[in-house]
Amino acid sequence: MTAADAHSSPASPDARAAQNASPSPAPPASGAPPAGGRAPGPSGGRRGAARLGAARETGVLLALLLLVAGTTLANSRFLSAQSVKDILLGAAVMVVLAAGQTLVVVTRNIDLSVGSVLGLAAFATGKLFVAQPGAPLPLALLVGLALGAACGLLNGALIAAARVPALVITLGTLYVFRGLDHSWASGEQINAADMPHGFLDFGTATVLGVPVLALIAAAVLLAVGVFLGSYRTGRELYAIGSEPTAARLSGIRVGRRVFLAFVISGALAGLAGVLHAARFGTVDATVGTGMELQVVAAVVVGGVAIFGGSGTAYGAALGALLLTTIGSALTVLRVDPFWQQAVDGGLILAAICLDRVLALRGTRRARAKEAPHGA
Amino acid sequence: MAHDTLYASRPRRARRARRAAGPGPLRPLLRWDGAVGLALLLVALGAALLVDGFATAGNVRFLLLDAVAVALVALPMTLVVVTGEIDLSVASALGLCSAVMGRLWVAGLPLELIVVLAVALGAVLGAVNGLFVTAFALPSLAVTIGTLAAYRGLAFVVLGDDAVADFPFEWTDAVAGTLPGGAVPWAMLLTALLAVAFGVLLHGTPFGRGLYAMGNNAEAAAFAGIRVARAKFWLFVASGATSGLAGVFWTLRYASARADNGQGLELSVVAAVLLGGVSIFGGRGTLPGVFFGVLLLATLRNALQLADVPADTLDIVTGSLLIASVVVPNAIARARARPATGRAAPAGEPTAPPRQERPEREDTEDAPA
Repeated sequence: MTAADAHSSPASPDARAAQNASPSPAPPASGAPPAGGRAPGPSGGRRGAARLGAARETGVLLALLLLVAGTTLANSRFLSAQSVKDILLGAAVMVVLAAGQTLVVVTRNIDLSVGSVLGLAAFATGKLFVAQPGAPLPLALLVGLALGAACGLLNGALIAAARVPALVITLGTLYVFRGLDHSWASGEQINAADMPHGFLDFGTATVLGVPVLALIAAAVLLAVGVFLGSYRTGRELYAIGSEPTAARLSGIRVGRRVFLAFVISGALAGLAGVLHAARFGTVDATVGTGMELQVVAAVVVGGVAIFGGSGTAYGAALGALLLTTIGSALTVLRVDPFWQQAVDGGLILAAICLDRVLALRGTRRARAKEAPHGA
Repeated sequence: MAHDTLYASRPRRARRARRAAGPGPLRPLLRWDGAVGLALLLVALGAALLVDGFATAGNVRFLLLDAVAVALVALPMTLVVVTGEIDLSVASALGLCSAVMGRLWVAGLPLELIVVLAVALGAVLGAVNGLFVTAFALPSLAVTIGTLAAYRGLAFVVLGDDAVADFPFEWTDAVAGTLPGGAVPWAMLLTALLAVAFGVLLHGTPFGRGLYAMGNNAEAAAFAGIRVARAKFWLFVASGATSGLAGVFWTLRYASARADNGQGLELSVVAAVLLGGVSIFGGRGTLPGVFFGVLLLATLRNALQLADVPADTLDIVTGSLLIASVVVPNAIARARARPATGRAAPAGEPTAPPRQERPEREDTEDAPA
């Protein structure tokens, strides 16, 4: 219930943003006759979708609880302190990535390069500590953030400048960044033994039983969630994803906002790389390979529509938590771990089908409700 | 949106004007696909002169054999992208077919039957994609990212970390065999014939012209009586079936069935298709251009490998070419459009729905619309 309540507040500004796109006294929308003509349909659907979005997050939460309950019944050790800590540690990296990806997907774009950026940042962290064993922890975090932001800058600049689908650009940079990582590492592996103890302790430290990494992830999630839910720039990201043309006509600087989303997504992927290095201690050039699929799965399962314009970072985080928990549950239930990826893929498909059904039903219901007023 | 169409149509008008001025002998080279063909020729010539061991029959044979899998998958992919869709699951379908092939061979089935089953499995995998895209009206990008993960995951479920390598020599030799002369593999000849078939289908039949129409505007195409959903469904089936065929080829060529076969191949395929001049927004592109694109990428990789450039750097090259092949044409088109209209186009379009605004790519196929 608390989750549903927490998410209803970001949902209502969403509806407001959609209404602003239709002809209204709001000054920025005044020059938008083409959008105005089509507004009633999409805005009604958007409102329906927002309402269902909260239900969607509750659904993911329910699925998570069911999964935990079922697995615990089968094997009581699943809920032991150590196992929960492992799940939280694993989810921390995914939540940070998912929060960044949410910003991008909400604008109807996608960032496939996050796995490679994470790998690059993780290796850079390792290199930093090999070169400067006494380097302070904040420096490592800053290096990761800066490196990731630089990668995101490249993505964002190419996408904003060339106006080509983010899919193609980030598919390209996925391999470019990974290639850079490989040629930098040239087969080298940095082991936990090369890392300073302070950094490794940071990866396993807990506060009141909660891993520090998970607390960092929660802080990032909260920041992104508040940014998306309550700040003008965040709301504009939804408007861009809902209808780019209408967003531009209502005075939103679409290019800049999309660029910003990619820079933040890159920076968070860089941060996730540092967290990953701290958690595992051992890094090589293959770290994070294929992780972009899990992130997209988490985001989509968490109710961030791949068509853009709806969903929250909290939902994406729940999706990340669900996927990580499924991974642990598979191991506990002694299912072949090779199933993990197949399950991820199946969940993506199920989630987009569900989105489609909910969106259709929402639009239909909204139309039925609005029809008397419209006539 | 009327003004957008107006501005976008300027370069096209300029092009028509140039065309009206006369064909000229260099005309084909000014088309994107002609330029890619020319680039291929130049790269091959440069490599032959500069790189030791490039211009030998044995090396050309390896180059072409390496290009077969990408070329096979790129053929239906061209048609899929022309309709404005994309299939990112091809490499995973290849891997799954390869894994199943290995599993069936271990189970003792005759190889003839296995080959047929593997291609059929590919078609089924493609049909699953097609069903999600057409019957459920979901974006192909999202669907095929999902099946990219799912099919690769299933491949690992089928075969795990194992490799099946004991395929009979007659088969593995036959797959790598060449025409007399030792340079052109049979497999590449068959691929080229298949390319001709796909080329005729795309450029010479009403079905193919309909693909351009639905790539430009699916709704208008549907109103014009083109069965959009049906065509797209069968294109995804074709894409899956050729991925299965490529999986069979891959397995026999390297005499190894593994779950991670062809991992990341979708990058090379999409890069080759876009490099070949197909617009990612749909509606434009030619099959010969894509075939040149495949060969250009393969030649570049081969030459760089011979010049002792490490394999990791090759990924950087492929990725950069993919980016350049979408960025450069758009930049050129916008640079040309700007002085004519006196209005800088707004930057940073969110572009996942591919048919909203169509940056001009110079001199590629126009749809009959």
